[in-house]
Amino acid sequence: MMPISDLHKKRRGRNVAIAAILFGLVALFFFITIIKLSSVPA
Amino acid sequence: MSDTAISNAYQTGPADEAFEASVGDYIALLKPRVMSLVVFTGLVGLMAAPGGIHPFLGIIAVVCIAVAAGASGALNMWYDADIDAKMARTARRPIPMGRISRENALSFGIVLSVGSVSLMGLVTNWLAAGLLAFTIAFYAVIYTMVLKRRTPQNIVIGGAAGALPPVVGWAAVTGSLAIEPLVMFAIIFMWTPPHFWALGLFREGDYAAAGVPMLPVTHGAKVTRIHVLVYSLILAPLGMAPWIMGFAGGLYGAVSAVLGALFVYYAVRLVLQPGDRTAKALFGFSLLYLFGIFAALLADILLRGWL
Repeated sequence: MMPISDLHKKRRGRNVAIAAILFGLVALFFFITIIKLSSVPA
Repeated sequence: MSDTAISNAYQTGPADEAFEASVGDYIALLKPRVMSLVVFTGLVGLMAAPGGIHPFLGIIAVVCIAVAAGASGALNMWYDADIDAKMARTARRPIPMGRISRENALSFGIVLSVGSVSLMGLVTNWLAAGLLAFTIAFYAVIYTMVLKRRTPQNIVIGGAAGALPPVVGWAAVTGSLAIEPLVMFAIIFMWTPPHFWALGLFREGDYAAAGVPMLPVTHGAKVTRIHVLVYSLILAPLGMAPWIMGFAGGLYGAVSAVLGALFVYYAVRLVLQPGDRTAKALFGFSLLYLFGIFAALLADILLRGWL
């Protein structure tokens, strides 16, 4: 197994953060859509 | 890293793995400490507004204000990397340290600006989004690019950007403007100069080295102290305006009166006992003042009907 350098750790941290932001945005737009749709009068 | 290395690093960009940016470096670009005050005042503007907003959408609106403030900070650091490298207070920021390139900071700031404004528009309304876009543009272009290096009135006019979040919060709920958020705007607008001039008084050497024409650098410490006192004398009664005008209760009136009197006390002490110690005391108290009166306003809103 290759040794993990500080560079790898920082890149992994950034990748995890980007993944979390992307999944967060998906969830965010899902909930916003649900709330907006539920507030539209039938 | 030596001072010379710091001053050169932002120009050469990342050199090796030691300069690879971490998540923390990108968070530092957002100026999290400044963001906390912006978020809080924006939240109070949102809570004070009549009518209602879905709690989840309200939280998203406050997050948009926070992200927009962070974007403004990133754009400021992109443009000011050269002077940041010369000042002890800012020399350890990610760009002067060479951990993030100027190009990356610019891209980061633009993406967050467009994202926060678009999301605000989709979630609330386009008046709030437009005000948010104006806030970012005012801070990044009018303050950072135009005023900061040209005039000692830089933070007086530039303070408008930091004063807008309660107006944005109010507009997010109502879709319109009113006198109440404009009074909140006026309070922060008048608070900003004495706050930053107090900082300028004990960081004068920094600003002079970087060539930033802060009032203590251009007109001297004595003139600055008089300016701080004059602004404090205007701020103290202005801080009580929400109570005088009837849209905040007695709790707010009492807290704002005490905090306003203390602000004037610290300003008088600064004039009578010139020095770093009194300037630092006023700077620290000014932060407490703004948090205090907006916390009192929030408490007043939350306890309405109970008191």
